[in-house]
Amino acid sequence: MAEDLTKAARKTLPTDRVAREQTSGNFIKAISAVVWKDLQAEFRSRELFLAMLVFSLLIILIFNFALELDIKTRQSVTAGVLWATFAFAGTLGLNRSMAIEKDRGCIDGLLLAPVDRSAIFFGKFISNLVFMLLVEIIVLPVYSVLYNINLFQLGLVLVILLGSIGYTSVGTLISAMSVQTRTRDILLPILLFPVAFAVILSAVKASGGLLDGLTFQEVLFPISLLITYDVIFIAVAFMTFESIVEE
Amino acid sequence: MITVKKLVKRFGLKPVLRGLDFEVQPGEFVALLGPNGAGKTTFLRILSSLLRPSLGDVRVAGYRLPNEAAQVRARLGVVSHLPLLYGDLTAEENLRFYARIYSIADMEARITEVLEMVGLEHRRRDLVRTYSRGMQQRLAIGRAVLHDPDVILFDEPYTGLDQDASSMLDGVLKTVAAQGRTVVMTSHDLARAEELATRFDVLSRGVIAASATRRQMKKNNLLTFYKQALAG
Repeated sequence: MAEDLTKAARKTLPTDRVAREQTSGNFIKAISAVVWKDLQAEFRSRELFLAMLVFSLLIILIFNFALELDIKTRQSVTAGVLWATFAFAGTLGLNRSMAIEKDRGCIDGLLLAPVDRSAIFFGKFISNLVFMLLVEIIVLPVYSVLYNINLFQLGLVLVILLGSIGYTSVGTLISAMSVQTRTRDILLPILLFPVAFAVILSAVKASGGLLDGLTFQEVLFPISLLITYDVIFIAVAFMTFESIVEE
Repeated sequence: MITVKKLVKRFGLKPVLRGLDFEVQPGEFVALLGPNGAGKTTFLRILSSLLRPSLGDVRVAGYRLPNEAAQVRARLGVVSHLPLLYGDLTAEENLRFYARIYSIADMEARITEVLEMVGLEHRRRDLVRTYSRGMQQRLAIGRAVLHDPDVILFDEPYTGLDQDASSMLDGVLKTVAAQGRTVVMTSHDLARAEELATRFDVLSRGVIAASATRRQMKKNNLLTFYKQALAG
């Protein structure tokens, strides 16, 4: 058997197949490979998405029955309930997404790739964002029906997108840190919520304002803050991801 | 191919490697032996750029670590006791993923070659989580050689394998070595190391305590050599 294998190996000994130098093409290829791998694995197992979705639906159901509110009060708590739901479900997804990499040592497999490690960050960030947005796409109509509130406003969709980008970027970075510890399930929310507080607060202010009937111009300040936080968090993650995952 | 001079690695104040010197010529198969806690895994993680050295000079395939880590990683394959594979993907999907992040040309043909090499062509469309431990380890070797590395590091590749799976893995390891690659393997299994390696180094108390080639070993069996190295 060993001799057969040796002959086969010699016959198929490859030439220089791998791109030895880093290029921007390789960087983008690595990002898309990580995203595609996460989507493919999730499509098969559905454990991350289903956990996030069921958890989100349970939260809005619990709030719905716990807070027997009149229509006016419902409107005023909507932004808070929505973002609490997204934040908790997001944490669940972020934890699981990084735990999958850690469990079979796959994170080492990623770190051994000859690409800039920020490509791994962007790959994980994009796939986490996709899962979060998918959950939000399902949660919004359910929430609208349960609370009898119209959430389908272009401004609100933009705020949810910006808030999700900020939350997921900082969440991906912190989950890469917390997954190295034994208490990762507890540590992630403890570390993430204080850092992501600014994003969630801006998102709640902007969403609340839009739901109260304010114009886009009137909620421009919290939206500008959201954009600023998104840029800062992505830039910080880009610069620090390598040292966070290395040791 | 690998040159390490005065390597020191500390975790906090605790030194694990204490001025280690190590050199491997191209095509050599070095078995790195030593008791638990000797620093074998730490050393291999430094060679694979997963850990940074505290002090010392480390060069792999002519590139210096940690400064030229990306160049080293392009020329390096790593197999550990964990498979580094995704259970919810099939064997070919796993290899395709790694082929993409390594930017391998002619990806599909190479995946088929590698699967044939490790004897898993017939299971290429099965999910990795349905594989036995031995099959996962063979696929892990396939993953490690996919990008045709010059150097392969094996960290306790026999951990958790039964007799049949170990014998099968022997065959794959011989194949990898026969391709002219430089191999460093840590192991507690002296019999297997003796069968496969061309050189034996004993790591003890953070340094290489003894080193001998297969030719030198004929006068002295590996177990005696190993015990003497640890006692000295």
